[in-house]
Amino acid sequence: MTDQTTDHILRMSGITKTFPGVRALQDVTLSVRRGEIHAICGENGAGKSTLMKVLSGVHPHGDYEGEIVFDGARCEFGGIRDSERAGIVIIHQELALSPQLSIAENIFLGNERSRRGIIDWNRTNHEAAELMRRVGLRENPVTPVADIGVGKQQLVEIAKALSKRVRLLILDEPTAALNDEDSAHLLDLLRGLRQEGITCVIISHKLNEVTAVADSVTVLRDGRTIETLDMAGGHVTEDRIIAGMVGRALDNRFPPHEPSIGEEALRIEDWTVHSPTQPGRKVVDGASLTLRRGEIVGLAGLMGAGRTELAMSVFGRAYGTDISGRIFKDGRPVRIRTVRDAIEHGLAYATEDRKRYGLNLIDDIRRNVSAAGLAGLARRGWVDEREEYRVAEGYRRSMNIKAPGVSSVVGKLSGGNQQKVVLSKWILTEPDVLILDEPTRGIDVGAKYEIYTIINRLADQGRAILVISSELPELLGLCDRIYTLCEGRITGEVPRREATQERLMHLMTKGQEQPS
Amino acid sequence: MSSITPAEAAAGTGAGAGEPGEPRRPGRVSLGGLSLNLRSSGIYIAFALIIALFSVLTDGALLQPQNISNIIVQNSYVLILAIGMILIIIAGHIDLSVGSVVAVTGALAAVLMVDMGLPWPAALAVTLVAGGLVGAWQGFWIAYFGIPAFIVTLAGMLLFRALTLTVLGNQGIGPFPDAVRTLANGFTDGYLGNVGLGPLGGADLFSLLVGLLAVAGMVAAQWRTRRSRAGYGQAVDPVPLFALRMTAGAALILFLVVQLARFKNLPWVLVLLAALVLGYSLLAGRTVFGRRIYAIGGNLHAAVMSGIKVKQVVFWIFVNMGVLSAVAGVIFAGRLNQAGPTAGSSFELDAIAAAFIGGAAVQGGVGKVAGAITGGLIMAVINNGMSLIGSPSERVMLVKGAVLLAAVAFDVWTKRRAGTAR
Repeated sequence: MTDQTTDHILRMSGITKTFPGVRALQDVTLSVRRGEIHAICGENGAGKSTLMKVLSGVHPHGDYEGEIVFDGARCEFGGIRDSERAGIVIIHQELALSPQLSIAENIFLGNERSRRGIIDWNRTNHEAAELMRRVGLRENPVTPVADIGVGKQQLVEIAKALSKRVRLLILDEPTAALNDEDSAHLLDLLRGLRQEGITCVIISHKLNEVTAVADSVTVLRDGRTIETLDMAGGHVTEDRIIAGMVGRALDNRFPPHEPSIGEEALRIEDWTVHSPTQPGRKVVDGASLTLRRGEIVGLAGLMGAGRTELAMSVFGRAYGTDISGRIFKDGRPVRIRTVRDAIEHGLAYATEDRKRYGLNLIDDIRRNVSAAGLAGLARRGWVDEREEYRVAEGYRRSMNIKAPGVSSVVGKLSGGNQQKVVLSKWILTEPDVLILDEPTRGIDVGAKYEIYTIINRLADQGRAILVISSELPELLGLCDRIYTLCEGRITGEVPRREATQERLMHLMTKGQEQPS
Repeated sequence: MSSITPAEAAAGTGAGAGEPGEPRRPGRVSLGGLSLNLRSSGIYIAFALIIALFSVLTDGALLQPQNISNIIVQNSYVLILAIGMILIIIAGHIDLSVGSVVAVTGALAAVLMVDMGLPWPAALAVTLVAGGLVGAWQGFWIAYFGIPAFIVTLAGMLLFRALTLTVLGNQGIGPFPDAVRTLANGFTDGYLGNVGLGPLGGADLFSLLVGLLAVAGMVAAQWRTRRSRAGYGQAVDPVPLFALRMTAGAALILFLVVQLARFKNLPWVLVLLAALVLGYSLLAGRTVFGRRIYAIGGNLHAAVMSGIKVKQVVFWIFVNMGVLSAVAGVIFAGRLNQAGPTAGSSFELDAIAAAFIGGAAVQGGVGKVAGAITGGLIMAVINNGMSLIGSPSERVMLVKGAVLLAAVAFDVWTKRRAGTAR
């Protein structure tokens, strides 16, 4: 791969970066050819983001060992501004936009189009419109960023990068928060940028996207470079990349499961939820669904279809206003008006956004596990610490949470282990119905398998499971039955054996079966 | 107790790292084989160093019996406020109104006891309830109406000062009944007479016995906790460190009690303060309610989604703050023997500073009652020590400001160092 005759825009060699107590990168090599799309793959904690922070000057020269050669010149970046001046722009997973400012203002943030310190609004909006056209963003440049969707915000970030005359664009998990449609659009855009001669480095967990778009793939594992794969010819498969990431071949991504389906556990009828921010808009519109004990049911829908909103509004009206509809638990109508009511009726909701809604990141495993079920571990208001510890330790073992003990701070765990803490927290409340919103988002392949196994086990214990996921293969591999949601309405209900990606996608996008 | 204890967390992480040459963990120092977590114990070390410094600077006057008694009695009300404040700060809020609430409750107590001649226990009860109502008023706007605590209590600061001035006009009301003055300013009786302590002279036997009991109680409780935690496999301090901590604690209590016994026995406010510290430490660390406060401050959204009744908890910690402010108001008025219109001014700042010096995090979710008390005592010792060596008040203010900034900067620094790992 490191053929001297090929034209490399970037060579990083011998990169070693240590944090107190942790060696994040060890002798990492990365060579990126001019004008290619180069993917970096690896499990969480493999060192992908650290490597990109070294490259973009977030970790300045002197903080790491090794050499960076960009466009033939040795680089010693002291900060992000240095790397941006050289033409390297990084777009982080968490977008760095100012929500109340307009698209145009965001594009030129820190790089304002001005004359003698006075902003030239004409030029700002005119040039913004031109950049927006290049990235395929059809919006008014003066629209506040808060008013456009995540997918479009991602495009604003890219337009911002283009405004800085980017030559190497780094995208960290660019499609993690996007639905399939927006993701596809973004990948098309990357291909377009490649034609313009812009080199892209993308970090992604979504291997189908990697195989679709990347010219080369570098695999990192445990802070080392494992291999760089040339994707030309199309013979490198997802499984081949996974084998490099985990150091072994994964024969089956989903554990086998034979469901034993029992009585109805939860039935929702004619559930309608209005948006709390846009008066009159129905986010969920007359949705009805049924969950049975021992059954894993999927809920498929594009981003914005109302999946999370449906789940959270059912879970004690944690979202939405003007909610109407009926909930039946074990066949009896119930009134669930608060999250506490929902928990007491045996509902649990594991959020799609662990860091925001799921965990107290500064606290330890034990107290996070007990956060929702603490009342069961207390007598007359006093916490039984011994019992709490025993319970948490039990989950740490049975869930295989990789931490030295239950006193480890949750914020330092990997995504997969954090997810296991969230699941433990909800299992402790002994729910009959578990709603799992994107249970494997941001989790590496090995941990996904473990999460699937846990989900199967929960179903086998006689609980009803609703899995919300953006990844159709996940729903197809895991669920016994799949509902589709489109613009707030349930548009289909498909048993596992009849479900295909195409059929679900038609129901999710058009709200109807594909024409035969 | 067991709130957010980075010591445990770091000790836990240590078990995994076995590679020689890289056992450096941020914010930890190694002293003769003992590993200390700087972030959680730094405050106590700083306190010891400050006491040592001023002992030297004042030629030992700082630690004279009468001076120790003065420090406690003069700062008791701020320490009481700091207890309420730390709970509010852990929950991620703030209370700027406590100084004014101290004034208005002091004035109310004076009106009831002096002007209306109510028996003091009844008047005290009414005052405490009034404090609770003040807290409920503010708690309502903050918890149920959703106005930021900063604004509500800033308004409260003005409102309750205005109310004080309306009630009192420009003059103070006094004098207070003896019982109230004794609580604020007085000492326990020498129930058991005096006992000779050799070169130290005579000392009150009752006070000494209370001190010994306190030490025995502390060691026994801590040992039991440690044993039961070790029993279910939780990481605990190694025996030498545990012994060091217990010895330091016991020495501190005994020294304090001996000095006080040599002077005028135990101040009643110290007894009250000790009870409050113990009670609130248990509340914060061992009860469901206490856990809720940490959960709310640590991640509000996650707390809501875990079924925690956030509004209720926030409401009640403000009610609690109101009651404690009333306690402080009565004690302050009792000490001065009159309720004045300017009582309690800038107490809120002292209480907030105490909480942050004592290790509370600006974002909430972190803090301990014992830390807030230590933070308050650090400022008290600086105040007292500097006035003993005759520093002008502007210099005292300067030093206090610098200490507050340094304490929070240290906290942020250790957090950032811990955070960069990965």
